[in-house]
Amino acid sequence: MAETAKHYKNRLGLWGWLGGGRYGLERYAYALHRITGMGILLYFVLHIFVTGSRLGGRESWTKWMGGFESGIFEVGEYLVFIAVAYHALNGIRLALTELGLLMGKPTRPLFPYRSAVLKQRPVLILVMVLAAVLIIAGGLDFFLLGAE
Amino acid sequence: MRESTLWFWHIIAGAVILVLLGLHMTVMHLDDIIGLYADTTAWETVIARSQQGFFMVTYILLLGAALYHGLYGFRSILFELSLGKGCQKAINWLFLIGGLLLFIYGAYVAIAVYSMKEVVL
Amino acid sequence: MSDAPKKVIFEVLRYNPGVDARPRMQSYEVPAPKGLTVLDGLLWIKENLDPTLSWRSSCRMGVCGSCAMFINGKPRLACANQVAHLGGGKVVVKPLPNYDIIRDLVPDLEPFFAKHAAIKPFLIRKNVEELENPSGEFFQSREELINYIQFAYCIKCGACLAACPTVATDASFLGPQALAQAWRYTSDSRDEGAAERGKEVFTAHGAFRCHFAGACSDVCPKGVDPAFAIQLMKQFMFREKLGGCKEKHGTEVAPPVENWTPREGIPKPPDHSV
Repeated sequence: MAETAKHYKNRLGLWGWLGGGRYGLERYAYALHRITGMGILLYFVLHIFVTGSRLGGRESWTKWMGGFESGIFEVGEYLVFIAVAYHALNGIRLALTELGLLMGKPTRPLFPYRSAVLKQRPVLILVMVLAAVLIIAGGLDFFLLGAE
Repeated sequence: MRESTLWFWHIIAGAVILVLLGLHMTVMHLDDIIGLYADTTAWETVIARSQQGFFMVTYILLLGAALYHGLYGFRSILFELSLGKGCQKAINWLFLIGGLLLFIYGAYVAIAVYSMKEVVL
Repeated sequence: MSDAPKKVIFEVLRYNPGVDARPRMQSYEVPAPKGLTVLDGLLWIKENLDPTLSWRSSCRMGVCGSCAMFINGKPRLACANQVAHLGGGKVVVKPLPNYDIIRDLVPDLEPFFAKHAAIKPFLIRKNVEELENPSGEFFQSREELINYIQFAYCIKCGACLAACPTVATDASFLGPQALAQAWRYTSDSRDEGAAERGKEVFTAHGAFRCHFAGACSDVCPKGVDPAFAIQLMKQFMFREKLGGCKEKHGTEVAPPVENWTPREGIPKPPDHSV
C-alpha cells in the first residue's frame, strides 16, 4: 500500500447517549436514568453536608433550613423528588431485567422477531405510570398540602 | 476488586436504597398525605428522629448504600468515556477515598446527634 | 405497464478519503418500482448516475450481513428493507455510526471483528485431545439447542454496535455482538469455558457496561436479541456470586448408534478421504 487512506472518525460520542436514531423507548429511559442518577448523586453529597449542620445545634440547623425556604429551592427539591421517583421505579425494572427476568426464555427466532426488549416493555409502561402517580402525589405534598 | 463483585454490590445496594430511601422519602415528602408531622424539617422533629436508635442505624446504612451505589454508577458513566488507563485508576482511587471520607463524616454526624444532650419535646 | 414508476430521492453520504476533509450528502433521483429495496436503489445509482459510489454488499437477501447501513435513522440491512416500507418521501443512507468511515458507505469493521475474536467464540473443553482428534459428536438435546440457537443466528453485520449508546463513547467496550456471542458459547451445553471466557467478558469494559438500552435488539435483522443474551449473562454472574452455579461439565461424546440399518434406497456415505 503506497498511501494510507485517512479514515473518517464517526463515533457518535455523547450525542449517542441521548438518541442519535429512531430507537425504542428503553434507550430514552436509559438516558433519563443516567441524568437523574447524576442529579441525585450531586444532591446527595450536598445533602450530607447540609444535614451535618445538626451538629451545631438548633441555631445552626434553623439557619441552614431557613436559607432553603425560598421558591427556587422548593422547586429544586421537587426536581430531586421527581428524579428519585423515576430512578427508583425504573431501577426496579432494570434490576429485574439485568437478572434475566421479565423477558421470557430463548426461543427459535422466527420472523417477525419478538425481542426480549419488546417482551418487557409493558413493565416499562407500568413503571412510568407508577412514577407519574408518585410525582403527582409528591407535587400535591410539596405545593398544595401544608404549604407554608 | 473484580468488576463482577463491584457490580453485584451495586445491585444489592440498589435494593437496600429502594427500601430505606422509600421510607425516607415517605417520611419527608409524603408526610402531609399521611399526616405524620406538622413540619418535617423543624428542629424538634428532626432531633426526635435522630435520637431514635432505629433512625440512627438506618441513616448510616442508607448513607453507605447510597454512596456506594451512586459512586459506582457515576464511575460506570465515566468509564464509558474512553479514558486512559491512568485516568481510570485515578478515578478508582478518588472515588474510594472520597466515598470513605463522606461516609465517615456522615456516620459521625448521625452518631454524634444520636448521643447529643438535647431536651426532646 | 405504460406509466413510469414514481421517483424517490436518495440522500447518500459521500466521503472520499483522499479528497474530502469531511463527509457530505449527495442527492439522487431514483425510479422506484414496486418492491425496490434500498440496495436496489444504490445499485441503480451506481449503474446509471454515479459509478464512484461505494458500499459493501454481497448476497442481497439478508444472509451475509455485508450491507448494514444507517437508513432513515436506524441501522438496517439495505437489502432487506424496501423503500416503500421506510415511510417518508426520502431515503437517507449513511454508513453505520460508531465505526470509522473508509469511504462513502463503507465502515471499518476491523475493531468489531477483533472484539468478536477476543471473547473466544468457539467451544472450550477441558479435554483438548478430544477436540483435536474427535472420536464422535458431543451429545446435545433439542432443548439444549433451543437455549442458544437464536444467539447463533448472528451474521456479524455490525448494526447492534451502531445502535449501542455505550459504544458511542467507549472504544474499548466489547459491544453487544461480542457479548451475545460470549453467551452463545457459554450457554452451549457442550462448552466448559465459562470461567476462561468470563475473564474477557466480566471486565470494566465488558458485560457490566451494558445498561439495557435495548437498541441492539431493536435493530438486529436476525432476531439474535443481543440485549437479552447480555442480561442472561449477568444473571449467570449474579447466580455465581450467590454461590448457585456449579462448575459445568460439557456433555459427553454421543455413543455410536448400534443395531441401526438405513432405510432402503438411501445411499451410503462416502468413505473418509483423509
